Amino acid sequence: MRNIWTIAKREYNHFFISPIAYLVAFAILLVLGIIFALVIYSSSQNVFFGSVPDIRPITGSFAFLLVLSTPALTMRLLADENRMGTMELLLTAPVRDIELIVGKWLGSFLFMLTIIAITLVYPIVLNALVRPGIDQGLMITAYLGLILVAASFLSIGVGISALFSNQVAAFFATLAVLITLWWLVGFPANYVQTGADIFRYLDLQTHFYDSLSVGKINLTDLVYFFSLIALGLFVGTLSIDIRRWR
Amino acid sequence: MIRVNNLIKDYGQRRALCGLTFHAQQGEVVGFLGPNGAGKTTTMRILTGYMPPTEGEAIVAGYDVVSESLEVRKRVGYLPETVPLYNDMVVFDYLKFMADLRHLPDAEERVEEALELVGMIERANGYIGNLSKGMRQRVGLAQALLHRPEVLILDEPTIGLDPNQVVEIRNLIRELGKERTVLLSTHILSEAQQICDRVIIINKGQIIAEDTPENLQARLLGAKRVMIQVRGEADDVLPQIQAIPGVRQAVVNLDGTIEFEFLPTQDVRPRVARAIIEAGHELLEMRTISMSLEEIFLELTKDNAGLPM
Repeated sequence: MRNIWTIAKREYNHFFISPIAYLVAFAILLVLGIIFALVIYSSSQNVFFGSVPDIRPITGSFAFLLVLSTPALTMRLLADENRMGTMELLLTAPVRDIELIVGKWLGSFLFMLTIIAITLVYPIVLNALVRPGIDQGLMITAYLGLILVAASFLSIGVGISALFSNQVAAFFATLAVLITLWWLVGFPANYVQTGADIFRYLDLQTHFYDSLSVGKINLTDLVYFFSLIALGLFVGTLSIDIRRWR
Repeated sequence: MIRVNNLIKDYGQRRALCGLTFHAQQGEVVGFLGPNGAGKTTTMRILTGYMPPTEGEAIVAGYDVVSESLEVRKRVGYLPETVPLYNDMVVFDYLKFMADLRHLPDAEERVEEALELVGMIERANGYIGNLSKGMRQRVGLAQALLHRPEVLILDEPTIGLDPNQVVEIRNLIRELGKERTVLLSTHILSEAQQICDRVIIINKGQIIAEDTPENLQARLLGAKRVMIQVRGEADDVLPQIQAIPGVRQAVVNLDGTIEFEFLPTQDVRPRVARAIIEAGHELLEMRTISMSLEEIFLELTKDNAGLPM
């Protein structure tokens, strides 16, 4: 447990000296800032989003931005250790493989939580602007959803990063998996007779946009996200083990 | 304490270790000597729990490296050959991180102690990326010493150091070896001679010789080699030296010195000296040459021949 925290702390601090992490944070905050300005402007003009400003354009776009940004945060985490040989250091220290993987994931998750925390400024501002304030229950579930999406994406990214010793390869492999989960895996549900439910269940968007994003908390969605997190961490641990035995 | 029994490691089709068996006691510095690709690093990686062996067993500090890997790793200090370090970290922070992974209660004092030992305390606040090769080597060594391990495994610890540092680090290793088990690899024979209590010569994944440096040298060197320098033409002196019984293979080197061999049972050096003086030449220098071990080591590892026992 202590090792997880030690590793997570180092990774978290490392993000603050990493240009890529700043770039990711900057891009997310810039895009969301523009969308927020549009939300305010258009609702004052009664176009686009209706007359009452809503938090959903922000959280919804954020979830989509996570598809593009989490691979950039996780690509380095283990691929770089593999490339620089520092993996040898970590694997000969008294640290379990799972502790290493969970620590890496936790570090990136805490960094993402920091970015998410900064975006809380939008609902706070929005709350002050509208009367009698925004739907706070919806806001909380939407943010919970965002946190779960980020946690699962980062876990997948960490798992894939462990497979590579090249950051760029890890980035694109993670991006490919996330795009598949986000868009592609849901498609067959409309065309196949049997197993449509399986494809529908695997489709990540339904677990966010159709439930948490609109204020619903379903057990199936929570199970879905926690399964993804577990799967990513398992793949990461397994790939370290495979590296050892090779 | 290290006990290795019939260790085998295959990389795919290639067999890197073919049944290694050796042991190292507490308070002993054991040198692993061999050419590149002999299996030194592979053995060390197995002993430190980095990767499991294909077959055989290895007990380090009383624990099995496969089934009790974490216990082994707690008790071993390891300096990998490539000295992997985080370039974007400050020396102190890096060592603190490694100390925290080992749950050292007084981490900061230990870091300072280790930096003091390797003589890097004044660079504690510098970035690792800005360090020279020799300094990186010493930071790597400090990392291996943090937890005052029972067993130290050092893969080429003096490579890349300048001559002064080499002496310092060798002294440090000798000092550490008094209470610990130290296994180090090197391909510098004189180094093995200076710091090791016992030398294991390994080639192509097999042990081809194992003994104390002195015994090895005695066994390897049937004859002693001497270099002499005289004032004047060496070629004039050569016939007189060759004429002395017991002198073998006397030759004139390119630099004008003369080299010859003699059997340890029959020390001809006084006679050679007298012969030179009596012939009217001036003797400037006479000394025995110890580098022959190098040559015989090359012989040994070249054709995989065994030692004359």
